[in-house]
Amino acid sequence: MRRSPSRRGSAYALTALLVAGLFFGLFFFYPLARILLRGLDFSALDSSAFLLTSHSLLFTFYQALLSTLLTLAFGLPAAFLFARFDFRGRGFLRLLTAIPFMLPTVVVAAGFNAWLGPRGWLNIVLMRLFGLDAPPVAFVGTLGAILAAHVFYNMTIVIRLVGNVLARLDPRLEQAARSLGADSRQVFWRLTLPLLLPSLLAASLLVFLFDFTSFGVVLLLGGPQFATLEVEIYLQAIQLFNLPLAVWLSLIQLLCTLLFSVAYTRLVTRAAVTVQPRPAPAHPPRTFTQRLFVLTSSFLLLAFYFLPLASLPLRSLTRLEADLGQRGQVRYGLTTDYYEELFVNRRGSIFYVPPVQALINSLGYASLTILLSLGIGFPAAAALARPGRLTRLLDPLLILPLGASAVTLGLGYILAFGRFLTSPWLVPLAHTMIALPFVIRTIQPVLASIPDRLREAAATLGASPAETRRRVDWPLARRAVLSAGVFAFTVSLGEFGATALVSRPEYPTLPMAIYRFLSQPGGLNYGQAMAMATVLMLVTGAGILLIEKLRLPGAGEF
Amino acid sequence: MKRMLSLSSLLLLLTLLASCAPAGPATLTVMTHDSFAVSEDVIAAFEQANNVEVVFLASGDTGEALNKAILSKKAPLADVFYGVDNTFLSRALEEEIFEPYESPLLAAIPDEFELDPTHRALPVDFGDVCINYDKAWFAEHSLPVPAALDDLLKPEYAGLLVVENPATSSPGLAFLLATVAQYGDPAYLDFWSALRDNGVTVVDGWSTAYYTNFSASSGRGPQPLVVSYASSPAAEFIFADPPLEESPTASILGPGACYRQIEFVGILSGAKNRALAEKFVDYMLDVPFQEDVPLQMFVYPVNSSAGLPDEFVRWAQAAEAPASLDPALIAAKRDEWIARWTETVFP
Repeated sequence: MRRSPSRRGSAYALTALLVAGLFFGLFFFYPLARILLRGLDFSALDSSAFLLTSHSLLFTFYQALLSTLLTLAFGLPAAFLFARFDFRGRGFLRLLTAIPFMLPTVVVAAGFNAWLGPRGWLNIVLMRLFGLDAPPVAFVGTLGAILAAHVFYNMTIVIRLVGNVLARLDPRLEQAARSLGADSRQVFWRLTLPLLLPSLLAASLLVFLFDFTSFGVVLLLGGPQFATLEVEIYLQAIQLFNLPLAVWLSLIQLLCTLLFSVAYTRLVTRAAVTVQPRPAPAHPPRTFTQRLFVLTSSFLLLAFYFLPLASLPLRSLTRLEADLGQRGQVRYGLTTDYYEELFVNRRGSIFYVPPVQALINSLGYASLTILLSLGIGFPAAAALARPGRLTRLLDPLLILPLGASAVTLGLGYILAFGRFLTSPWLVPLAHTMIALPFVIRTIQPVLASIPDRLREAAATLGASPAETRRRVDWPLARRAVLSAGVFAFTVSLGEFGATALVSRPEYPTLPMAIYRFLSQPGGLNYGQAMAMATVLMLVTGAGILLIEKLRLPGAGEF
Repeated sequence: MKRMLSLSSLLLLLTLLASCAPAGPATLTVMTHDSFAVSEDVIAAFEQANNVEVVFLASGDTGEALNKAILSKKAPLADVFYGVDNTFLSRALEEEIFEPYESPLLAAIPDEFELDPTHRALPVDFGDVCINYDKAWFAEHSLPVPAALDDLLKPEYAGLLVVENPATSSPGLAFLLATVAQYGDPAYLDFWSALRDNGVTVVDGWSTAYYTNFSASSGRGPQPLVVSYASSPAAEFIFADPPLEESPTASILGPGACYRQIEFVGILSGAKNRALAEKFVDYMLDVPFQEDVPLQMFVYPVNSSAGLPDEFVRWAQAAEAPASLDPALIAAKRDEWIARWTETVFP
């Protein structure tokens, strides 16, 4: 019997969702259910627990909202910059904005400290210039530090998600609006912004969730006086052994995430606009205003990203050991010792792994994560792109992993997988789970914006659903898929929490190796940590470039 | 696309199968905290002598690792657990995660380390949490090094000390316990509010305190006093580049200024391989392993027949009269002490 193309299409969609659902079920919902059931005990919660809950919930919302608004305020102009204009150093700058996303928090904190900390060069310069006794800029330990780090980490989400759509906006729309007499402000508010809305919402949601569940940044740069829900969960679960309270807080966090996701799905379906896919190529800035915009925004971006990031490689190549008792004569000098030392197992330790091996581990995990998350994510995104009753129900659920407490989930894995935790295979699976919401959220809005007429036309011309997918959806969504791949790659490279869940110390990833160096006193350890962070930065940069340069099949058609 | 889909499901299946595959011959699994380290040849010797493969599971910091062991006690993840310290000991014993084992090697270990008379948790090593100071900074400013906790409240030391948050850091908690032991409860809070007024800096954990805030580390921070370990000066000497004549740091060792941490090992209840687990515990308490401990983990061996490496003798100092508290008291009061501390330092 011959099935109609639409029936086959929906069967396909069902399978795709089933695979994604199974994956989430096994690696997310099951361990989560195990720990929630183990720890849930409402009778153990007293009034002080509720006070704590409302207090940290309020702060979590407050800082996440501020961070998201700031990220959008800086990210949108940046997205415009990259999508619309071609200028010298564009590729480098774009790469620079993507790197922090995978850097471990310890390393980013070290970078910020090196130029904004009490002994950072900004303070040193200011103190010298104005003859001050105390550092004038207080950065570390303030709310400002938390916000700056959040913008630093998450701006790339806005640049990529919004930029994807921005680059594909049909320039004729704007030309038409202009010929009808609209000025540039009207074009932005009445045309560009509504068209960008779905991707803008998607980016805001992801950024908000990341800020909402922020952990390392708050601990390291904010200091002990700030506690988000996730920090509080960690304190209660790990340090104070108060599992009922930790589980209760995780539930609250999860519930909030669910609410955002549902609200987001509603908004997105209402805001969905189909766009004629005709990419507008980036062009060099033409008018004076354009030149000014490109110049100032690229300069600001460069300063914001380059200064903290450059301090790491700089530090890994400098030696500033003071001669004892002669602190006045600190000897600054260039050295490659820290890199050479990376290959020396000084302590003969069984857990010593040459950095090359840690690199190979990291890259192996990252490749598997790309394969798995695109393999599961693309079909799921395609299925979700066309609204149906089932998809409306599933859509918000697929984003939950981003809002789940990593600490709680980690404890759930212990209960759910027990001795299987010794398998290094669990690492790419955990990374895939973290990357999947991104992959789906990156690809889905783009697929949703492809007008059905194109697919119908293809079907009329005799294309099978698979062929339609390959010849219509794929070329149009290629850019988004690449972006998703980059996300998966960076998520995996920089991920620390899930890797450290319960790990075989023989198979460390680069971030784990960095942490290991930073937990021992001694100049060589610090220098090696900086050297490793530099290697991580370079590898990620190279990886992103490679993925973006990759000519995927079918890419040449458009 | 379909091919991609089936490929990914195949991969998924393979992964699952790989994780279910039966382990090789005899394996002994040892769960530890992340700071655990040991020499390759020391473990190789044990593996060879007993025809066994030792698998280590790093499970987070001290509290996290213990938490995971407790959560999984019905189906233990490992045979042996190493790394519970005296601040967490009562918790581990209450939860009954260990089986008793009276190792013959306990005879070589001084009684002061044996905090568990039921022999479920056996001492392996100890270390003192002390304040480290930047030698050059104090020489340059011609300021005497503070000798005791009380000195830290003097105006000349205002803003010079960085400590770790006891809620998130094990040395931070140890230092809080030192002040409780020194001043008593609730007078320790008076000390802390005076210390707050004198400009103490609090950060989340050891790495930040040491590498971001401490002036004698490679991070070149602003504070010349940091809560760290009595063995850190030895590590600064060993991991110096270029080699140093002497360590750039030292510890304040006055009576009551340090807190002694003792780390324990135990056989997990329901261990799959009890006989091998016993052998491994014996091995950890025996001289070769004990002599390996200082340069791997920068702590002291408890076995009195174990010799110390030269760098340790020269640059690591053991505290004269380190503070200590009864593990049962810590278990009962720890959360309250931390909560009151937080209220005092961050009003």
